[in-house]
Amino acid sequence: MSSPRPGSTDPALVRNFCIIAHIDHGKSTLADRMLQHTGLVDARSMRAQYLDRMDIERERGITIKSQAVRLPYQAPDGTEYILNLIDTPGHVDFTYEVSRSLAACEGAVLLVDAAQGIEAQTLANLYLAMENDMEIIPVLNKIDLPAAQPEKYAAELAHIIGCDPADVLKVSAKTGVGVSELLERIIEKVPAPKGDASAPARALIFDSVYDTYRGVVTYVRVVDGRIGTRDKIEMMSLGTTHELLEVGVISPEPVPSEGLGVGEVGYLITGVKDVRQSRVGDTVTTALRGATESLGGYRDPLPMVFSGLYPLDGSDYPELRDALDKLKLNDAALTYEPETSLALGFGFRCGFLGLLHLEIVRERLEREFNLELISTAPNVVYRVITDAGKEITVTNPSEFPETKLSQIFEPVVRATVLLPSEFVGAIMELCQQRRGVLLGMDYLSEDRVELRYTLPLAEIVFDFFDQLKSRTRGYASLDYEPTGEQEADLVKVDILLHGEAVDAFSAVVHRDKSQAYGVLIVQKLKELIPRQQYEVPIQAAIGARIITRETVRAVRKDVLAKCYGGDISRNRKLLEKQKEGKKRMKMVGSVEVPQEAFIAVLSTSDTSSKK
Amino acid sequence: MTHQNHTPFSLYIHIPFCASICGYCDFNTYTAQQLGGGVSQESFHKLLIRELELVSRALDAPTVSTVFIGGGTPTLIGSDSLTQILRGIENNFSLSPEVEITTEANPDSVDAQMLAELREGGFNRMSFGMQSASPSVLATLQRTHTAGASRQAALWAREAGFEHVNLDLIYGTPGETDSDVRDSVNVCIDAGVDHVAAYSLIVEPGTAMARAVNQGLLPPPDDDECADRHNIIDTMLASAGFNWYEVSNWAKPGGQSSHNKAYWTSANWWGVGPGAHSHVDGRRWVNHKHPATYAKAMENGEALHVDTEELTSEQIHVEKVMLALRTRAGLPVGELDTQELERAREFALQGVIDPVEFADGVVRVTDSERLLADRVIRELLG
Repeated sequence: MSSPRPGSTDPALVRNFCIIAHIDHGKSTLADRMLQHTGLVDARSMRAQYLDRMDIERERGITIKSQAVRLPYQAPDGTEYILNLIDTPGHVDFTYEVSRSLAACEGAVLLVDAAQGIEAQTLANLYLAMENDMEIIPVLNKIDLPAAQPEKYAAELAHIIGCDPADVLKVSAKTGVGVSELLERIIEKVPAPKGDASAPARALIFDSVYDTYRGVVTYVRVVDGRIGTRDKIEMMSLGTTHELLEVGVISPEPVPSEGLGVGEVGYLITGVKDVRQSRVGDTVTTALRGATESLGGYRDPLPMVFSGLYPLDGSDYPELRDALDKLKLNDAALTYEPETSLALGFGFRCGFLGLLHLEIVRERLEREFNLELISTAPNVVYRVITDAGKEITVTNPSEFPETKLSQIFEPVVRATVLLPSEFVGAIMELCQQRRGVLLGMDYLSEDRVELRYTLPLAEIVFDFFDQLKSRTRGYASLDYEPTGEQEADLVKVDILLHGEAVDAFSAVVHRDKSQAYGVLIVQKLKELIPRQQYEVPIQAAIGARIITRETVRAVRKDVLAKCYGGDISRNRKLLEKQKEGKKRMKMVGSVEVPQEAFIAVLSTSDTSSKK
Repeated sequence: MTHQNHTPFSLYIHIPFCASICGYCDFNTYTAQQLGGGVSQESFHKLLIRELELVSRALDAPTVSTVFIGGGTPTLIGSDSLTQILRGIENNFSLSPEVEITTEANPDSVDAQMLAELREGGFNRMSFGMQSASPSVLATLQRTHTAGASRQAALWAREAGFEHVNLDLIYGTPGETDSDVRDSVNVCIDAGVDHVAAYSLIVEPGTAMARAVNQGLLPPPDDDECADRHNIIDTMLASAGFNWYEVSNWAKPGGQSSHNKAYWTSANWWGVGPGAHSHVDGRRWVNHKHPATYAKAMENGEALHVDTEELTSEQIHVEKVMLALRTRAGLPVGELDTQELERAREFALQGVIDPVEFADGVVRVTDSERLLADRVIRELLG
């Protein structure tokens, strides 16, 4: 008996599900095991983390873009089912994309490491799934580990989702133990998709990926009707129409099909070259006799965090522009505009969904395009109302207006922190310092606590992860989602070298913290700026008011007074080295500032250690 | 084949032995224990004499203007061996009538008799590694001699008939005070020497001192303190009749070291011995560093040098500017190219180089800018 063909599959035999898991909790390994278990991939062609395509994903063990794989599965009773595993991005910055992936499923496997328990991002995604009335299948993974505490964490999961601890499945994706039971449970519990096969076609885009050879590959879940290869399709939010070049399913390589029917999951290729033409959350219908009402829930991606990206070597600017143009094809949320910094030269002000998104883009630019970059400290977007009633949106702190402001609004997030109870005091103190407002606190188990805060996003992009990790010895996890904005008493702090403001160092901070911020940066610069021919004052200022000052004294000795005998070469090489060092200096006004000083100051909210 | 006469020509002879290694020192020197087998301190001078024979043949016995025996601690091999090296030179080269023949010594490795023997043997200049008059500074530097030994050694040298005596000082040692520096300079002045070299302490990578600094056991030398101390030394020596003629060197009239000046004017010299640097006709090289390797190469008739550098005309120019601008004599303006000349003119206007001497055709960093000479050199070279 052959498995049902794409395009003519009885929805009753389809199960659409995703796996909600934290990084490192074994989602990719479990997906690999399912691929093997259903016979879709044989052991020989299996490679670890089969579904993670990008190098960065595989190396860092995180999924940036989601995917969907069609798994034909023969149940023990002989029935041939189709399981569609829809992968979800695993990070805080991609909440919206996660929500669309979830919307394409009827059920979710909640996968938790039996040695670590649930993490904040997992919890946030779980709540999202529960709000969508999805069927949740709780699973503890890595039960083969010596440190596994399946009983403890089964109780925790049962407490959170309101089930019996005995219902929590225990598997080892590594060894394969419990995987067949899990597949059975999915067939049994996850509802079959319901849709109107005779209605106009409506399909939800849950992912959109740029492929060098094929153009944009759009992943969809068909809700109503049918999309066939000969159809012309319409993107409902954009109103654009496209010829279909190919319709198919991933199983586990792309396989073209006649079409996709109700409840089915697959891909569409139209030949468009930019993922902005095929947006996550949009509804696809047919151009002829199409649906009039979209599936709803579409949202434009909104950049939340901004940073200036500059090539270390100014002559790389055209390369950086080309690289961003290319990345944009595959990243609907990335925005950028050229900007000029007196200190850093020509670059781009880029908008990102969050810090991880920023970091991924930066890493891809450096790795795939061989660029060396300086990025300015990440900042959020401010809405400023002047006394004259004019509204200004500020994405670059150096452009923050200085006077005659009647109101300033900053974005806020609802943050969830999961942590061992012993650290609650330390983290409440941190959130307090960061202008947080406590929303609630719950014990998930006797030693694990969920804290909920409203926090300004600016406070999170400034060093929050590092502080959270260091204050909890790495045991806390964080999730946040934008919830709007609040009015705040914010000021711009400028840093002046020799009386001249260095635009790249300007920051918008809360008035109460401006002094501390100024002192921090000024002291850091004092350590990093070498002594010059003249005394160099380093100042922090709010408008015309200087709030702190340090001085780099003039150099008094710049001569090698060593007995070097006949080793003249060494002395000459030292001179050559000094001249090289001078080349790596940037002239800011009359002051020589080493590249390292920029990097050190701008990475005050260093993002490199957060995954 | 015609030979240039390679003159003025100097010889440097390296004695790579010390009784103990000082924590700050990165010179090429070894204790008996570090040497291992295969090298005899007693007969090492014979190897050096063999290299001298090779030099003479290679360069067709040029006339020697200066000889400098350095180390290590040359006096560790005894006055007899040192004198034999000198005989080896006389047998293979002709010496100019005003030849300057110096040997270095540690203050505690000589006595009155040895100094008399060296003078008798033909040496006419002594250079003692005094470093400091402060017992605590000497202890930090891990020097074995006492403060009094330096003064005594200098006095003995003069009694033995040495007209030219140098004392080396080091300033900027962790824990040193301004008053320690004044005491050291006073010892030099009282001892009646005609030359003082004062170097600021440089913590060289790989030395015991560098490890101590990295571990936070010793503070690194402070540039401002070093600048202050250089000024103290300069002021005191100047009022005692010494004039600076290079950033780190002061001499009474007639006391300038010709050997030093040979280095600074890119003259030709051959460095004899392990790890010694040579410069002949635009080529630089260095000998095998370890005495055993050097000895073996000599035994096997193999090349003694390891690194040879053929200087480009650009490098020759850079060295010329670099060395000359550190000296009181300065550099003839004719050595500069058009752009450099333009920058020099700007410096003269700023008073960084002496405007009067510049008008007379000499580029010379003014006394007050002496401690910033490297900056001037870098910017002048562009």
